[in-house]
Amino acid sequence: MSDTNSPGATGGGDPGRASWPEYLGGESHGAAAAAGGSGRPEDQGPPRRVIGTPSPAASRTLLAQPDGGDGEEPVEPFTPPEPQDPVRAGKAERIVVACFVIALLAGLGFLVAYSLIGVGSLTATLHSNLALGGTLSLVFLLLAVGAVIWVRYLMPTVEITEQRHLMRSAETDREAFKETFEEGAATSQFVRRPLVRRTLIAATLPLALIPIWVLRDLGPLPDKSLDNTVWRKGLRLLAYGTGRPIKAAEFNSPGALISVGPEGFLADDDAMAKAAVIIIKFRPGELVFGPSTPPGHPTPANVVIPNWTVDNIVAYSKICTHVGCPAALYEQTTHHILCPCHQSTFDAAQGAKVLFGPATRALPQLPIGVDAQGFLIATGPFNEPVGPSYWERS
Amino acid sequence: MSVDRALEGTGNWLDERLGGAKGVRVLLRKIFPDHWTFLLGEINLYSFIILLLTGTFLTLWFQPSMTDVVYHGSYVPLRGVRMSEAYASTLHISFDVRGGLLMRQIHHWAADLFMAGIFAHMIRIFFTGAYRKPREINWLIGIVLLTLGMLEGLFGYSLPDDLLSGAGLRILEGVIQSVPIVGTYLAFFLFGGPFPGHVIIPRLYIIHVLLIPGLILALITVHLFLTFYQKHTQMAGKGRTNTNVVGAPFYPYFLAKTGAFFFFTFAALAIAATFVQINPIWLYGPFNPVAMSAGSQPDFYMGMLEGALRVMPNWQTVLWGHTFAWNVFVPALVPLGLIFTLAAFWPFLEQWVTGDRGEHHMNDRPRNAPTRTAIGIATITFYGILWAEGANDLIADHLDIPLYWTTWIARVTIFVGPVIAYWLTKRICFGLQRKDYHLLEHGVETGIIRQLPGGEYIEETRPLDEDALAVLTSRTSHPALPSGERAESEVPPPGMRGGLGRVRERLYKVVTESVPAPEHIHGNGHGNGHGDGQRAETDGTGGRGEVAGATGAPTESHPGEDQH
Repeated sequence: MSDTNSPGATGGGDPGRASWPEYLGGESHGAAAAAGGSGRPEDQGPPRRVIGTPSPAASRTLLAQPDGGDGEEPVEPFTPPEPQDPVRAGKAERIVVACFVIALLAGLGFLVAYSLIGVGSLTATLHSNLALGGTLSLVFLLLAVGAVIWVRYLMPTVEITEQRHLMRSAETDREAFKETFEEGAATSQFVRRPLVRRTLIAATLPLALIPIWVLRDLGPLPDKSLDNTVWRKGLRLLAYGTGRPIKAAEFNSPGALISVGPEGFLADDDAMAKAAVIIIKFRPGELVFGPSTPPGHPTPANVVIPNWTVDNIVAYSKICTHVGCPAALYEQTTHHILCPCHQSTFDAAQGAKVLFGPATRALPQLPIGVDAQGFLIATGPFNEPVGPSYWERS
Repeated sequence: MSVDRALEGTGNWLDERLGGAKGVRVLLRKIFPDHWTFLLGEINLYSFIILLLTGTFLTLWFQPSMTDVVYHGSYVPLRGVRMSEAYASTLHISFDVRGGLLMRQIHHWAADLFMAGIFAHMIRIFFTGAYRKPREINWLIGIVLLTLGMLEGLFGYSLPDDLLSGAGLRILEGVIQSVPIVGTYLAFFLFGGPFPGHVIIPRLYIIHVLLIPGLILALITVHLFLTFYQKHTQMAGKGRTNTNVVGAPFYPYFLAKTGAFFFFTFAALAIAATFVQINPIWLYGPFNPVAMSAGSQPDFYMGMLEGALRVMPNWQTVLWGHTFAWNVFVPALVPLGLIFTLAAFWPFLEQWVTGDRGEHHMNDRPRNAPTRTAIGIATITFYGILWAEGANDLIADHLDIPLYWTTWIARVTIFVGPVIAYWLTKRICFGLQRKDYHLLEHGVETGIIRQLPGGEYIEETRPLDEDALAVLTSRTSHPALPSGERAESEVPPPGMRGGLGRVRERLYKVVTESVPAPEHIHGNGHGNGHGDGQRAETDGTGGRGEVAGATGAPTESHPGEDQH
């Protein structure tokens, strides 16, 4: 397509871009354009006078029209002119046809691929996806390319000028509208009988509330349910995943971390969403202990409660105090617990206090002990609500 | 012109019942101006159609249910794993339905393209001032569509109930809970009790497939109708004025072009869906409330909110037994709320400040509205920093900088960045304006040096062509403030009195700040900036001057005459 260089087909403000009125105008105009399209030397193009600026014909037919109202633009009859360059158009036609034929074949290919290639394994799905997607892509791509070449090289380049009207209606129309509206309002007695009007408006007010009111049963009220988890004294800590209880003596490699849940609730997502706990084994001397605290008492910040730990094993809520993601990452060397969602960082050695990030509160510590068989158990519930902050939390 | 007999028969049948021959004929000849940026809105329309088509396909197999099942399908690594029916049916679509994976991937890519297209479209509209009167309503509809699109996307990618999107829902719950007074109630109503419950997926499903698409469809219809009815804006160019629209007719040109563009959009999405994996939920695994993987990111259009949550310092107040979780609800509501509010009010604010009540159908060149452009770039900078912060863990990882630094950098640049961007953009705009004036005054440099008889060397220039001239002289001039130049003692006119008047006066100076045109270039004084004598005359005689009225009377001077 680069061997010919018709100004008319290259678009973009070239001299060949004739204005539509030229094609629409009197017969002599149209004939000139049609003749010029094929016979005129390429460097001349259509008469320059009409380029972009409305020709006298156009100003007569388009601009001097009285305001006919919106959507009443005069539409001149026209005979579609031939493309500016027939040789080039012939070439373009062949390319367009080729695109559409291959698109047709690709479409058939899609149907065949659908029938022949099954799914049911990773490899089969991969092949099916490639075959179906490949043929589908080809269909659309060729349709697109064909259509673009069609528009650019088969259709003559035209530019029409259409007049805009102010959006604002004519003064007379506005007056007429006002009159009609007021007449209707008066006829309806809506204005003259205020009692009817006011009671009607009043009667519809509850209707506005009903759509909100009826949503009340979408869910229960939170009450105190956010304050507590299912943890209570005596519940064993079960490893999440295996469901096995954990012997304190066997959980002895320092730096190890396990996600655990309360016995009987591992498969209960609602319970686990608040009760998920991590236990971490520390080397002796690494934990920063505070004073011992009986369950239920306020926890001092930045320290581990010694009588809530077993043999340097400490348990924290896994639910981030920011917006509730599981704080799942642990760095052994620094004892940092990191929430992967928003990077709140907690120091596991110092009562899981906040080191960085948007979380405001330390991860609550779960008091743990061992039962008669040596398995880890909770010795009480959390002494504060776990998870993100909420209005009622005090 | 001969019309095929069958077509003629159909047309005849329709016209005898609907009688549209006259009206539809006018529609066929409706003029559409052309510019590549006008395609951005079309991307969204076509992505939306593709979303409807592929989405319908997916609903045929998807089960919006949180009932526990044990998986026995084709994807071996997850066989025997407990999961929700929603997740299992998504696996089924991906691995056991022919074309299912392709449709899922097209659907997800189309959603991303839909949102990306909306942002691009909105940015184009803003920078060219295409939101100005009479198109403010469409601008507002656009903002609502953007909001709905974000919600639709969030709800959509939450449906498979995989580990990643489950974390997204958990964050959503945490954010809702943090809202003062009503937060916990809203969260419990949405989730039907404590998180995760058993109703959130079916609820999101019906909102995702019926409610929001219905609203989007209705609003798109109005959006398109208004675009059509008010006629499209146009870029500056030869013969283009505020009172005309220059382009090719709907039929056959726009129809063929837009058809081709639909195919291109679909082709791009099909290619992406074929070769680029997106949202591989089988790799994330089913949701459980205990696990979470590193490097979790939402889809890109939610990244800004994610970044806002990450960048916020951990402030919280406990007062009168209640918790104000500033660290959560401030970043969730304020940054995006600020942008949307500013965007919604901007057209009206600009109108009030400049006093410009005229219709504008010519797109501004961004450089010619330096303050608007600067505010736009500052906003994009603000948004962009938060958006990047939403992936700060990946940035820290890939650029090998400490994680906390990225957050601290974002905490500082979030305030400094927009200011620098504002100042810099304004300087660049002024520079570009000066360049334009230079071209207008001296013409285009040819690189040809000529020696004059006296021995002096000069560089030859050639005058601008008509198209370039029309573009360079296109500027919106603002009406002067009613107060004008007055002495200190004089009483300001109504509308300019009191504190509000002083604010307006000050804002006017900022908003209309521009490089003054050199004395002998008159092109700047035009309402529409087109030194087209013929048009100006017609404006005068046709009584249509009021379209441009607010932006200064058309003059008959031709800028071309002034430059040598």
